[in-house]
Amino acid sequence: MGMAIDRDDTQFHVLAVDDSLIDRKLIERLLKTSSFQVTAVDSGSKALEFLGLNNNDADDDEEDEQRDSNTESVSSDEDQDHQDLGLGVNLIITDYCMPGMTGYDLLKKIKKSSSFKDIPVVIMSSENIPSRISRCLEDGAEEFLLKPVQLSDVNKLRPHLVKGRSKDIDSSHKTTSTRLITSGN
Amino acid sequence: MDLAALKTQLKNFVQSMFEEDSTNPNFVEEVITLFCNDAERIINEINRNLGYQNVDFSNLDSYVHQLKGSSSSIGANRLKLACANLRQASDERNKEGCLQAVQLITCEYCLLRRKFQALLHRGVLLSLRPTKNE
Repeated sequence: MGMAIDRDDTQFHVLAVDDSLIDRKLIERLLKTSSFQVTAVDSGSKALEFLGLNNNDADDDEEDEQRDSNTESVSSDEDQDHQDLGLGVNLIITDYCMPGMTGYDLLKKIKKSSSFKDIPVVIMSSENIPSRISRCLEDGAEEFLLKPVQLSDVNKLRPHLVKGRSKDIDSSHKTTSTRLITSGN
Repeated sequence: MDLAALKTQLKNFVQSMFEEDSTNPNFVEEVITLFCNDAERIINEINRNLGYQNVDFSNLDSYVHQLKGSSSSIGANRLKLACANLRQASDERNKEGCLQAVQLITCEYCLLRRKFQALLHRGVLLSLRPTKNE
């Protein structure tokens, strides 16, 4: 094919969040072309679900099981799987304007989570609103990208991923062992 | 990353979109089709909304936002600008202005669709392969 792909030995996993199907397809393509592994979801709550974070991020596992036994198929085993998957995410890129949970809301939830607060979060928006941009950056977003997202924007993400990964390795040992102790009672 | 390297990367990327990809051989066609179906649906909804005595402008806003967003993402600049027009009229709660703006959107969309059809037609697709300026 003759494509000049930026090859890394370790493949980074990006979680992309956007309610627009077209935008999801395009960002997925951009990311894949840059050799990232991509999971694309259409809402903030699905993103949290993918990470293994319940919406309230309850620390009390017992409370979770009592809450809703139908949708809450989170047994201690699955919980561990989600946690593993969640730890496999190196960057979250999310649209700002989404129904229900906005990208900003998602950012806040992730930064509040002990397990995931170190995952770099990037926010995208089609609207250039300076106060919105500074608020997101102040509250922990690594970058704020204006749509349409370009290939050069995706290139900007790489340093954040590398930084995120080394932090991830350090904290993962701690959080995994904590989870093992509290789950599966 | 310096400009020359970026240009090469971009060229390769655009080229890859037209080439056979085992995981998704019809990417360009798929995205274009998705966009067109979406756009038509939204334009119809907007027209329907404007047909009511009392127009729900916030609902309208939401539709325009969607269409503007996907137009921008797919690179349809003229359509995007036409959406901005409608956004303006909607912000002003100007029903007449909205009706005019939708006319423009419909025009631009029709033009765009014709361009897409030409693009997807095999012969033209090959001749449009990116070897020129990006």
